[in-house]
Amino acid sequence: MIRRIGLFLIRHLDIFLLAVLCATMLLGLFVLYSASAQNFDRVISQFISMLVALSLMWAVANLPPQHLMRFAWPTYVAGLLLLVGVALFGEVSHGARRWLHIGVTRIQPSELMKIAVPLMLAWYFEKRERSMKLSDFAVAAVLLLVPVALIAKQPDLGTALLIAASGFYVLFLAGIGWKMIIGLTAVAAALAPVAWSLLHDYQQQRILTLLDPSQDPLGAGYHTIQSTIALGSGGLIGKGWLQGTQAHLDFLPERHTDFIFAVYGEEFGLFGILVLLLLYLLIVARGLYIAANAPSMFGRLVAGSITLTFGTYAFVNMGMVSGILPVVGVPLPLISFGGTSMVTLLLGFGVLMSVATHRRLVKQ
Amino acid sequence: MTRGTELRNHQRELYYFRVRLTVAGSVALFLFLLLLARFVYVQVVQHEHYMTLAEQNRISIVPIVPNRGLILDRNGAVLAHNYTAFTLEMTPSKIGNLEQTINDLTALIEITPKDRKRFKKLLDESHNFESLPIRTRLNDVEIARFAANRYRFPGVEIKARLFRHYPLGQVASHMVGYIGRINDADLDRLEASDDLANYRGSDHIGKAGLEQSYEKELHGTTGFEEVETDAGGRAVRTLSRTPPTSGNNLTLHADLKLQQVAEQAFGNFRGALVAIEPKTGGVLAYLSKPGFDTNLFVDGIDSQNWDLLNNSPDKPMVNRAMHGQYPPGSTFKPFMALAGLELNKRTPSYGINDPGFYSLPGTSHRYRDWKAGGHGYVDLHKSLVISCDTYYYGLAVDLGIDNIFNFISHFGFGKKTGIDIEGERTGLLPSTEWKMKRFKQKWYVGDTVSVGIGQGYNLATPLQLAVATATIANSGTQMRPQLVRQIENSKTNVITPRPAETISVLPIKPENMALVRNALVDVTRPGGTAARASAGAPYAMAGKTGTAQVVGMKQGEKYVESRVAERHRDHALFIAYAPADDPKIAIAVLVENGGHGGSTAAPIARAVFDYYLLGKLPVRPVTDAADESEHD
Repeated sequence: MIRRIGLFLIRHLDIFLLAVLCATMLLGLFVLYSASAQNFDRVISQFISMLVALSLMWAVANLPPQHLMRFAWPTYVAGLLLLVGVALFGEVSHGARRWLHIGVTRIQPSELMKIAVPLMLAWYFEKRERSMKLSDFAVAAVLLLVPVALIAKQPDLGTALLIAASGFYVLFLAGIGWKMIIGLTAVAAALAPVAWSLLHDYQQQRILTLLDPSQDPLGAGYHTIQSTIALGSGGLIGKGWLQGTQAHLDFLPERHTDFIFAVYGEEFGLFGILVLLLLYLLIVARGLYIAANAPSMFGRLVAGSITLTFGTYAFVNMGMVSGILPVVGVPLPLISFGGTSMVTLLLGFGVLMSVATHRRLVKQ
Repeated sequence: MTRGTELRNHQRELYYFRVRLTVAGSVALFLFLLLLARFVYVQVVQHEHYMTLAEQNRISIVPIVPNRGLILDRNGAVLAHNYTAFTLEMTPSKIGNLEQTINDLTALIEITPKDRKRFKKLLDESHNFESLPIRTRLNDVEIARFAANRYRFPGVEIKARLFRHYPLGQVASHMVGYIGRINDADLDRLEASDDLANYRGSDHIGKAGLEQSYEKELHGTTGFEEVETDAGGRAVRTLSRTPPTSGNNLTLHADLKLQQVAEQAFGNFRGALVAIEPKTGGVLAYLSKPGFDTNLFVDGIDSQNWDLLNNSPDKPMVNRAMHGQYPPGSTFKPFMALAGLELNKRTPSYGINDPGFYSLPGTSHRYRDWKAGGHGYVDLHKSLVISCDTYYYGLAVDLGIDNIFNFISHFGFGKKTGIDIEGERTGLLPSTEWKMKRFKQKWYVGDTVSVGIGQGYNLATPLQLAVATATIANSGTQMRPQLVRQIENSKTNVITPRPAETISVLPIKPENMALVRNALVDVTRPGGTAARASAGAPYAMAGKTGTAQVVGMKQGEKYVESRVAERHRDHALFIAYAPADDPKIAIAVLVENGGHGGSTAAPIARAVFDYYLLGKLPVRPVTDAADESEHD
């Protein structure tokens, strides 16, 4: 009986992926305890978010990909409507319109789009599998750019770019021509000055600051300067858990959310960072392995896109903390404090696991 | 297409997909290696450099707290200002044995049990890495003594801080409000509005009154100093400095002297008073009695004083002027009279023969007039002058509750006035809809009768009464009540007046308005209910007295003041404006358990008018002992 229950619980979980995810999240809790000035309540709250996210992941993993596919366009349309709702009636917080009040709670529809966009595009290409034409890519590009534009308008440039990336991965894996990619890159480069003028002042400032952080040490450059000092002073082996001076003497801003990696790097040094990079690479490798062996077009595309997007998140966050990318407000996946991003990430891994574990059934 | 080719196609597709996947994976790996290279560069190659930055020459950004804006009355008298003082502060997380350290400190600096209690309360409310004051306002000798012994007390420091001071703590407490230490709820609010960065270094935030509602103006912009600190965190030298910008100064409509006159006129009574300039809505005086010393809250109030304030039967913390809701009593009658005239239910010449009570047709229940035996023949003018209840019982029934509601709500009853401090209550103007919602019961005609004399379900705040009175004084144009008259930008010294704001212009026929206004003047003339309070005034006053029951009387029982416990005595009300032909000031006075409006509340209004219009200071106290000869 117990065996059967056990089997029921793990039947659709990818044990290898689950183990690496849990190891990373556990590490995250330790870092969070230090980064939040030893605020145990915050650790508990994060732990509860993790449990919730893991349960949702389990539920999604138990749905076969064919079912997930059915959710694709309704989720996408719902997300799109919510984004329009945000643009019209959204609540302004921190100078941006990102939240929407729905009865008792408020939601951030751009989070939903992180899952909905890859699902939608993968579903679209699955439908067109037999006869992929140039026009299909054009339609796909429109499906991608509408939500991206709405989110960029909020303004939330970081999320918009990352969702654009997740959609691009689907296009890329679906086989968009190399010439097209080069062409698009050229167009993008040509349009860059136009895009620049459309950016908000603070967004321009962030990019300028990246080029020379010392220009503005009190404002936009402050984050990067302090986080780089934290990383650098950590050295090879770090200052030890709870011993980071940069973090604990209040030099690091946003240290339990977007800049938690600086706390980690300061306290655990390069060796600690190597461990984390390894964990991330294992997750990405496993995800790509699942994608490579997926039986359907939909499974391949969605698994590939989710995995690559995850890698992108990690890269962008670590890049911004170490001063090689602009500060765009992307959390460090699985480590940063925050329930919403935890849930979105693990939902994505639930989709991966569904693709991985329903393989045999489909083949029969 | 044969099955074979389809399979082959599928194989080829998979092959291409895997090629793409490999490319993507390689790019990902490459980017991670790029990151690794960056980490090796920063953490190994440049380690020494960053170590130096972090350890020896830590650059720290020290916030410089801005001066909080001043609050001044219309003549420039100070209601809230700042001063610098030295405080002894402790950071609990840096101190091993807190109790022992405090005991050791006592040998150098006097720390009273009260200081300890307050510190303990602060400790409970704060994080242990914050620097918390245990003693404020140190003198030179104490500073010197501690400085010589500083090495013995790690984690204990003397700091120069700005303190808020309210020179007239009690008098304007409910208007000015106070600041207090920032708590978790404040932090959440600051984070939500994206103001947290500007509060780095600030310990205090407005908690009540103007200090709260004008927080954004008063706080100012925090400055920053970039300093080099040694490994112990002590500043070595300053690298650059961005000076703070002081908060903006508020100038009020209120006249501090007038406020004091009103305060004294109340004597020992509890109650509230709001005086408004009818043409602008500017609040000239705003009083809730008793007040409390707002200075107690600035450094964190000690538990003893806190209990005292909270448990006092006088409830000094309640802002009676906007939070207290009272039956308006007969002060409601002028508005009823206007409703009767405007809705064509009464003409000026229509009169009744008052037998001293009112009964609904076909019933025997008697709604009594305050005067046994009645007032004889009463028309609209007389009904206001002698405050006839019977007239208004009948009028209310003729109008019907929903007509009353629709008409009188235009005067601001039953809704917030929109004054520029928080905590206002709406009062209650009943309607059939309200009763259904509140009690799930339909409205009975019997409910309407007492609404006519401002009793029954009726509730109003003194502020609402003042606004409604000012509306009559201003011939139907209702202005939003405002405390702040102008805001002075501390940087540019540019003064921005707050514009007067018209809420609505009530379309009342001038002849009806004139009729009611004339009657209100006669209230203060011989024969009227407020004749004594206005006797000898060189200007014409218009007003209406009122009495609000605190406990209900049984049918046929007579209210005898001397037999009723003090706190069960009626509340006295008076609304008025002056000069009657060109009103400069409109007022609502409520005296809790004060008995009759004419004898207790009206003299207070008179004192305020005398000072405001003539500059005359009153002989105190102004309220008479209860006088049986005058009723409302």
